[in-house]
Amino acid sequence: MTAHAPRGADAPPELVQLLTPEGERVEHPDYDIELTAEEVRSLYRDLVLVRRIDLEAVALQRQGELGLWASLLGQEAAQVGSGRALTGADMAFPTYREHGVAWCRDVDPVNLLALFRGVNNGGWNPAEHNFHLYTIVIGSQTLHAVGYAMGIQRDGGDSAAIVYFGDGATSQGDVNESFIWASVFNAPVVFFCQNNQWAISEPLEKQSKIPLYKRASGFGFPGIRVDGNDVFACLAVTRAALRNAREGQGPTLIEAFTYRMGAHTTSDDPTRYRLANELEAWKLKDPIERVKAYLFKNELADQEFFEKVDAEADALGKDVRDRCLALPDPPPGAIFDHVYAGAHALLDEEREQYLTYLAGFER
Amino acid sequence: MTTLTLAKALNEGLRRSMEDDAKVLLMGEDVGKLGGVFRVTDGLQKDFGEDRVIDTPLAESGIIGTAIGLALRGYRPICEIQFDGFVFPAADQIITQLAKMPLRSLGTLKLPVVVRIPCGGGIGAVEHHSESPEVYFTHTAGLRVVACSNPADAYTMIQDAVRCDDPIIFFEPKRRYWDKAEVDLAAPGLPLDRARVVRPGRDVTLVAYGPMVKTCLEAAAAAEEEGRDIEVIDLRSLNPLDAEVLTESVTRTGRCVVVHEAPVFTGFGAEIAARVTERCFYHLEAPVLRVGGFSTPYPPSRLEEHYLPDLDRVLDAVDRSFAY
Repeated sequence: MTAHAPRGADAPPELVQLLTPEGERVEHPDYDIELTAEEVRSLYRDLVLVRRIDLEAVALQRQGELGLWASLLGQEAAQVGSGRALTGADMAFPTYREHGVAWCRDVDPVNLLALFRGVNNGGWNPAEHNFHLYTIVIGSQTLHAVGYAMGIQRDGGDSAAIVYFGDGATSQGDVNESFIWASVFNAPVVFFCQNNQWAISEPLEKQSKIPLYKRASGFGFPGIRVDGNDVFACLAVTRAALRNAREGQGPTLIEAFTYRMGAHTTSDDPTRYRLANELEAWKLKDPIERVKAYLFKNELADQEFFEKVDAEADALGKDVRDRCLALPDPPPGAIFDHVYAGAHALLDEEREQYLTYLAGFER
Repeated sequence: MTTLTLAKALNEGLRRSMEDDAKVLLMGEDVGKLGGVFRVTDGLQKDFGEDRVIDTPLAESGIIGTAIGLALRGYRPICEIQFDGFVFPAADQIITQLAKMPLRSLGTLKLPVVVRIPCGGGIGAVEHHSESPEVYFTHTAGLRVVACSNPADAYTMIQDAVRCDDPIIFFEPKRRYWDKAEVDLAAPGLPLDRARVVRPGRDVTLVAYGPMVKTCLEAAAAAEEEGRDIEVIDLRSLNPLDAEVLTESVTRTGRCVVVHEAPVFTGFGAEIAARVTERCFYHLEAPVLRVGGFSTPYPPSRLEEHYLPDLDRVLDAVDRSFAY
């Protein structure tokens, strides 16, 4: 690939694809999937709603209501496909961009916004949703997922863990250590790497000289590359990997080949490091349009359905916005809460001193 | 009462913890068949199996990171970092994840992970095997940091640490591993966050923890022959700090000398000096003095006797305190 070719726009031959960008269903010998019309409509709905939440969050950031937002634009299929492959008992470990997986795990989107608004660092109960807190330091959560999976093994549990990370994270020591641990202990974990081609400004060539999914073989477990913009393929491949993990066959690395259509975060300016033609090429592979085309062509949904989903998305966007704006700032004393599970004399003293100091202004 | 080395007391404490709670796991490099390079986990894999005493791959970040995952699944992992100087590859997991995750979760997650670290010098070791990295961790909110100094405390403190729902950095004074003392295996210990006056005295308060407690007790015994009555405090817990015991003591004696192996500059003694000054200002007869390592990396072992505080350097500081 030359520096000026649209990055990743020509689908590599080894990529698992079940739905083409034009909405044509294709067969794959190893990873086929049977989906009812209702299931496809439901996947479409998730994709649209997740994109709407994301757009609303970007707008809220631009209006000064969020400190930052990490957009998932373009990665909806990778997240919804893999997220929908999980059973209730499976445990997911996200980065800070897995808003689509969070949606599939029934995490209220306002909780995600609260984090980026600075109200807290993660307001949902991970155990309630089997969706861990967002991890901001790159790759750290891969080890947590493997440890959790080792716990599942010790419990004799019939579930698996899945951990999300990006192409940049594959350079981290923790990710490589997690591959070793998972392999050596045969842990029931799925490594789901969304290769969105860019780690902020650094293209994949700065991270790897080989396709990322091929890394797995050196660690002793299978790696597979899937069309990350194909929700059917992401669902099928993740479902199979999770099943293998639950059945004691150990870890799988899934490389979901996709593209970050937006900036890294709202603080980023991708025009400084990538060309517009790359974006244009990837627009043709949009994860939502192909499902819509498939539903249309096969007469699995009518115009009324699409309008209903759009209306639902608008209502969701408004609801998320309203509730985000209504989030109260935490009281000052909240700084001291939850640092320790038990009593801590030093912290108790600091809390008392600071609240007394603040109270002095009220006299 | 049973006579145990400090290493064996830890071993007994770990055994008791594992018997009491099936969720308690041991993990680290060489903790299984070998029993750890200091034999602290000797025999435990044989008795509790490879699923509970886990020989891990050789990667410290991996040890702590997977321990966090196991804790999220309801386990109580005890991690062994083989030597003090090897903890730094794990520092990211300890500081950015282990310490902060309970707050991040608004208290819904508990991380009862104990990180055992043999610490300090005095054994003639090569580089990276003699360090005292405690303040990197006392400076990290969300962690508790404790240091045992004797077999009886080692036995109860490790059990209390395992029962605690917060992550704990547990320092073990490696040159005291082979020191023996009487241990009452049935007696409960002092609460984990409390300091102890290990020798009462009237003239000056020596404050120490871990390996320096013994050094201070020896200094106090020597000073007694010269008519000085030295009080020695074993802090036991560095975070939180038991300021009450400190304040009560220095208010009585009017003099305070802090002793640790780590460099004096921004060492734990600086915190003690500040706290004591704030709380005991009108009772102090002299500034709080500090004895510790120099502002150098830990030296090659042929020089370590010059780096490590010993009886003479402690008593020199006591003399300087009395000179005010």
